[in-house]
Amino acid sequence: MIELENVSKSFTLHNQGSAVIPVMERVNLAVSPGECVGLVGASGAGKSTLMRLIYGNYLAAEGRVMVGDLDVAQAAPRQIIALRRETLGYVSQFLRVVPRVAALDVVAEPLLAVGTPLEAARDKAASLLAELNIPERLWSLSPTTFSGGEQQRVNIARGFAYDYPALLLDEPTASLDAKNRATVLSLVESAKARGAAIIGIFHDEAARDQVCDRFIDVSAFTPQVSA
Amino acid sequence: MMAPQVGEQDMTPLLQVNGLTKMYGARIGCRDVSFDLYPGEVMGIVGESGSGKSTLLNAMAGHHAPDRGEVIFDTRADGPQDTLKMSEPERRMLGRTDWAFVHQHARDGLRMSVSAGGNIGERLMAVGGRHYGEIRAQAADWLGRVEISDSRIDDRPSAFSGGMQQRLQIARNLVTGPRLVFMDEPTGGLDVSVQARLLDLLRGLVREMGLSAIIVTHDLAVVRLLADRLMVMKDGHVVESGLTDQVLDDPQHAYTQLLVSSVLQV
Repeated sequence: MIELENVSKSFTLHNQGSAVIPVMERVNLAVSPGECVGLVGASGAGKSTLMRLIYGNYLAAEGRVMVGDLDVAQAAPRQIIALRRETLGYVSQFLRVVPRVAALDVVAEPLLAVGTPLEAARDKAASLLAELNIPERLWSLSPTTFSGGEQQRVNIARGFAYDYPALLLDEPTASLDAKNRATVLSLVESAKARGAAIIGIFHDEAARDQVCDRFIDVSAFTPQVSA
Repeated sequence: MMAPQVGEQDMTPLLQVNGLTKMYGARIGCRDVSFDLYPGEVMGIVGESGSGKSTLLNAMAGHHAPDRGEVIFDTRADGPQDTLKMSEPERRMLGRTDWAFVHQHARDGLRMSVSAGGNIGERLMAVGGRHYGEIRAQAADWLGRVEISDSRIDDRPSAFSGGMQQRLQIARNLVTGPRLVFMDEPTGGLDVSVQARLLDLLRGLVREMGLSAIIVTHDLAVVRLLADRLMVMKDGHVVESGLTDQVLDDPQHAYTQLLVSSVLQV
């Protein structure tokens, strides 16, 4: 479902003497439907960079980034937009929303984008928010006013509202208490059970071992710096 | 409300711009701009003041005659047509039906001496609406959608706040169900709280009506929230374009890198 072949990535800083900073080299990996692969490696090794390459907010310098039938490294913007709407979900570490939109509608939005009727989308959003222990009195408020942990759970609910065939999870269990962590892990388990291909970053080792089928150490892709 | 379009099967671009160039004497307004816009897409154009982004918008919308290039619009009746080659009445009709233009200053897009309801109704009448009761009912409906109380329907826009005037301008433009909306700094000059409200409104309307839009702004936060795609202009040229978050998170061109790194973090 997700397959990277010989992907490399570097940043060129034009305003700092055109310094070229290579960050990833020769990335090869494949994730099948129903499989959850954990990315490991020290902080700064490039776990999040790899996810952004797959999601398309970083442009790969070389190689192929296949998600389903689409090569994200070569695709036109509208193809990536369609991919993100219908195929590839991403739970980032930060919630980014239009101010003033109610939490319930933030979570329902991915469903509305694929044409789910408003009532059904809101029902699904409500059940996810309830499952993640967001008190009902907060549902009509904008998540911009929520605590960090609450925002993160809204972000997770949004990421799991629609059944994406492929999912990227960037630290979905960070800063959650045991009960909410268990809920998130069961969401991951059921996504696997319905056949989603998942790539995740989990700092928490117990969580990691519970849901991941195997691990990829991204330090293997870090370019060897001679200095 | 109609369901949003899913899996866009029709792959004809709604708008094709080819080699559009506008000079002011020897100075470049915008040069050799080309892109395709598909149904339902929202494209942002960013760049500093004087980069040519408003010139480009006005040239596309037919407000200024460009020196070279084509602006091909997929018309309902006759399919793709070069709007620059249309007769003046044809282009005016397009401007009243399938196209809309939201000005930065609401005063430029409203008739200040006509009531709020009249401002909305006027556009309906321009496309053949004649039944007073229906026009007034639609005007009231649109005031509600842009969150203006219908008790204000007979007030003139000069009695409205800046944010309300901008929302009225949007209602006036969208009442005829256009397929393409040009916006020039739609949130410029408004308080941040009013901006947020307007952004939310625009996003909902884009999704519900399946609109395509081209938004000129200097505000990167606005494009991140509203635009699927982004075009960065400098000195009349397009220096970079692509998926909005790719251009903002991984800018390739020197100027875009400078632009992105110049934003104050809040």
